[in-house]
Amino acid sequence: MALSLSGVILPKLIQQRAFSVSSAVAAVQKLTRVRVVDNSALGNAHHHRPPKVIHVYTKNGIGKVGDRVLLAIKGQKKKALIVGHKMPGARMTPRFDSNNVVLIEENGNPTGTRIKAPIPTHLRKMEGEYSKLLAIAQRFV
Amino acid sequence: MAAACTSRTRQMMGLLRILRNFSQNERLLSTSVLRHNVASDGPPKFTPPSKPVIIDKTQKEASLRRFLSPEFIPPRQRTNPVKFSIERKDMIQRRKVLNIPEFYAGSILAVTMTDPHVNGNMNRFVGICIQRSGKGLGATFILRNVVDGQGVEICYELYSPRMRKIEVLKLEKRLDDNLMYLRDALPEYSTFNFDMQPVHYEITGDVPVNLLKVKMRPKPWSKRWERPKFNIKGIRFDLCLTPEMMEHAQKWAEPWRPYDMLKEYDTSSLEDHIFKEVQENLRK
Repeated sequence: MALSLSGVILPKLIQQRAFSVSSAVAAVQKLTRVRVVDNSALGNAHHHRPPKVIHVYTKNGIGKVGDRVLLAIKGQKKKALIVGHKMPGARMTPRFDSNNVVLIEENGNPTGTRIKAPIPTHLRKMEGEYSKLLAIAQRFV
Repeated sequence: MAAACTSRTRQMMGLLRILRNFSQNERLLSTSVLRHNVASDGPPKFTPPSKPVIIDKTQKEASLRRFLSPEFIPPRQRTNPVKFSIERKDMIQRRKVLNIPEFYAGSILAVTMTDPHVNGNMNRFVGICIQRSGKGLGATFILRNVVDGQGVEICYELYSPRMRKIEVLKLEKRLDDNLMYLRDALPEYSTFNFDMQPVHYEITGDVPVNLLKVKMRPKPWSKRWERPKFNIKGIRFDLCLTPEMMEHAQKWAEPWRPYDMLKEYDTSSLEDHIFKEVQENLRK
């Protein structure tokens, strides 16, 4: 089931992806690989490993939209905010095809200057804490 | 031509122009309005058949497509049928307020819902319907679209009070009822422009079937779509799987399933009964 994690091109007629993918289990938790969605330098710098979650700041270890997490990117720790996950949530809310995350500072200010990917509208509830982040978002779904 | 005939034809042409614009409410408006005009024509004058009479024939109820939304058909359960009839009453009540058009998995819809977190309160989303599930008031459908390179799916409840408008931009069926495999297909098959204009569709005859076979991304997929349990006809398996892999997938075939008598559920008589009930209650 799990294929090798290295980038070796498999000598087969049909090309297969070089990493394993499992179905969404519990939104975002420790060791989840995430996709950084803003235009910060750290998020878009290419590294041989994808950014991974190493801690979720909730009572249970499960991160949903609007929860803070700690990421390991390029050998350093960085806080981030979850803006979309693969797990289906509440009925009228959007479900994204990738676990999206926006890099954040300690005080809640975003690291990047623009968020090109769509953001769920119910994130606007946290107007007070993440108002700067909502201001740089370009598209709401 | 008599003078009375031309004035009548002018009225009919005006009415027909209005009727053509109301494509969604045609089923409710057309027959009653045209019948009313034919009645007021009166017995005395015999007028030779002209255009209006011909178009009147095509608008007859018998040629309109019979469609019963799948959430009306109750599942085979041990619950009291009174529960389903009460639920149907509530569903019809809601349908009198909000027009829920006919659509299938594979049709492109635009949905407007109220959203307290948006400036103008309304949130519009356009997408292809990949699945219709749920029975009764909890019926849902999932719309999928690729926005700014990101795939987004929203599961809408048909009878939620937050729903404001459901428009069908393109009515069509696909080769399967469930298009969940679009998640593993190339993104071009799920991208639809938000400013897409509604495509005109006929209210008579069969729904057009799109025989599109979709090209998939390389494996692994979220589900093993080649397995016979999913019975998918809308994927180009010849491009992504070898014949050996297809044969290997057939190991999970359960050839006894169509002959399982305990799983039989014939809904034809139930459907007729419910269709008549829904039609007469909607007209009230």
